[in-house]
Amino acid sequence: MAQIRIENVRKEFGAFVAVRSSTFTIEDGEFFMLLGPSGCGKTTTLRMMAGLELPTSGQIYIDGEEVGMKPASQRDIAFVFQMFALYPHMNVGRNMSYPLLSQGMSKSDAQKKVIEVARILGIEDILNKPVGGLSGGDRQRVALGRAIVREPKAFFMDEPLGALDAEFREHMAEELRALHDRMGATTVYVTHDQLEALQMGDKIVVMNHGVVEQFGKPQDIYDWPATKFVAGFIGSPAMNFLDFEGMIGSGANSVDLSGHKVTVPRTRQGAKGKLTLGVRPEHIHFNDKSEYRGSVIATEYLGTTQIVTLKTPNGEVKARVPSHVSVTRDERIGLEFDARTLSVFEADKGHVLVSEANEGVLNHG
Amino acid sequence: MSFSVTEASSRQKWFAGILVVGYALITMLPLFWIIATGFKSSPDAIAYPPKIVFEPTVEGYVNLFTTQTRLSSDAAVSAPQDLPWYENLVRKKGMTIVGPSRFSERFFNSVIIGFGSTFFAIVLGTAAAYAFSRFKVPLKDDLLFFILSTRMMPPIAVAIPIFLMFRYLGLNDTHAGMILLYTAVNLSLSVWLINGFIDEIPIEYEEAALIDGYTRFQAFYKVVLPQAATGIASTAIFCLIFAWNEYAFAVLLTSGTAQTAPPFIPTIIGVGGQDWPAVAAGATLFLLPVMVFTILLRKHLLRGITFGAVRK
Repeated sequence: MAQIRIENVRKEFGAFVAVRSSTFTIEDGEFFMLLGPSGCGKTTTLRMMAGLELPTSGQIYIDGEEVGMKPASQRDIAFVFQMFALYPHMNVGRNMSYPLLSQGMSKSDAQKKVIEVARILGIEDILNKPVGGLSGGDRQRVALGRAIVREPKAFFMDEPLGALDAEFREHMAEELRALHDRMGATTVYVTHDQLEALQMGDKIVVMNHGVVEQFGKPQDIYDWPATKFVAGFIGSPAMNFLDFEGMIGSGANSVDLSGHKVTVPRTRQGAKGKLTLGVRPEHIHFNDKSEYRGSVIATEYLGTTQIVTLKTPNGEVKARVPSHVSVTRDERIGLEFDARTLSVFEADKGHVLVSEANEGVLNHG
Repeated sequence: MSFSVTEASSRQKWFAGILVVGYALITMLPLFWIIATGFKSSPDAIAYPPKIVFEPTVEGYVNLFTTQTRLSSDAAVSAPQDLPWYENLVRKKGMTIVGPSRFSERFFNSVIIGFGSTFFAIVLGTAAAYAFSRFKVPLKDDLLFFILSTRMMPPIAVAIPIFLMFRYLGLNDTHAGMILLYTAVNLSLSVWLINGFIDEIPIEYEEAALIDGYTRFQAFYKVVLPQAATGIASTAIFCLIFAWNEYAFAVLLTSGTAQTAPPFIPTIIGVGGQDWPAVAAGATLFLLPVMVFTILLRKHLLRGITFGAVRK
């Protein structure tokens, strides 16, 4: 049980920079998600925390102690690998007792502990089986068991659900979250699946190209993305980007979108040139009174809601509207944006402009 | 009628079966012939047309293990009656046993040198292969190619420089010298084969062991080695077969104390006429250890030959 702090951590592989100066803090007992597309440096960051890679520079603190250059075996942490990495030449019970034996625990004590953990995970009946013939879910449980059994300071998981079938993933995700709530141990979880991150995490770090793009609670990140990358990566479908040229002064509360005035949260920061208005699909409403119009290109039926793709003067947008609203192809529909939820980005730099709505979220991280 | 693209028709199976059995007969015939010759009497061994049915005798084996001399006629008369069976066997030809031959000594040399060099080739090969597989070795590909290139010419091509070096270092006709030589020749094979086997083991297993609180060496010893064991065993057989059968260097570099069985067996021919049953007996015994080993480990051997062919 421990707080983990990453300060200016950087990792280079030859000329390639995998992680550029990452800084964030994982509080004691948090379920913390490292989210990003493949190759963004999230796994490298996790491996540096675990001691499987050494940082090129920067500090890593686990429980207040600087461990950046310590070998993995001395960090008192557990790691769940994507492919589980159960020792193939040992049975389930020996796999789970292996980390205990390295600490010099007696065989009988280790066995007692293994049985106790196996009971929590519901795998007592397979302790004597070889790991080769186990189902994906059981392998996952054994891998978790091997991690839990030692009661380490923190759990690190590298896409632990990645190797499971889709239907089983959801079940395992719930099981994992329940297990975390029961144990209360600090958990760092790497995933490229934004839904998984939103669903399970207490906090999320979004990374891209080795840079921490944003760090905070799932809802804050979803509602108030700090960059266009985060806005586009999180949410399905992603946030709509309406590109326009113009200027917005500090303290203004509207932008000029192809001649139409759109109200936005009052800004704290001005900008001019190429700008982007970001709006989530569920914040677009159909209103025939609106002069800002788009023509329908396609619709996708999703049960309670439908996704309507429209062509507007500022590019394509996707709107999430209730299923009972009937739309036809090529129909021109008036669009209205929920003013309290909009973000304005500098198109080229990708940063969001600080406004009275998002300043609280942006300033804490 | 159902039709399958991958499964052979019964006619194809018959044809394949005949082919395999025929090939097996052709390759095994010399082996059977040698084993049979070992149990023939001298006249039967050189009889023409060759005898397929014969009265078996262990004369060849007795001759192999003993040195004999012609019995003088008066000694034959005064001979005691309670002679051991092998002395009686020899006396029928008018000979008497004067002592053991050097065969068991030479055989023992083969065991020491064969297994010794295999041991070193495997230990060093595994260490090198692990390093190549897991660590960033500068010029890794070039080094691996260099190691392989030592296999590209027949080892005997460097016989003369090696002979001179051995003479200078005083390694001629020593066990250490032969072990060193065979280890060096086998090392490229063992590095390459074992490197392939270790590459196939996911690195996560070691990382899991490191996280579980084990040192790098413990992770290697307790996690990597058990999984590479079958591959290492098959590599060991290849090394053993080479060292065991090697003839050219053994003839060149050994003559007495460290002489192995291959150069010794032909010398039997010269002692007291062409004693083919004794030669065949020596060859049969010489075959046994490798044969037993190979049969025991044949599954792994097959995996060794085809390793890396299929990604699992």
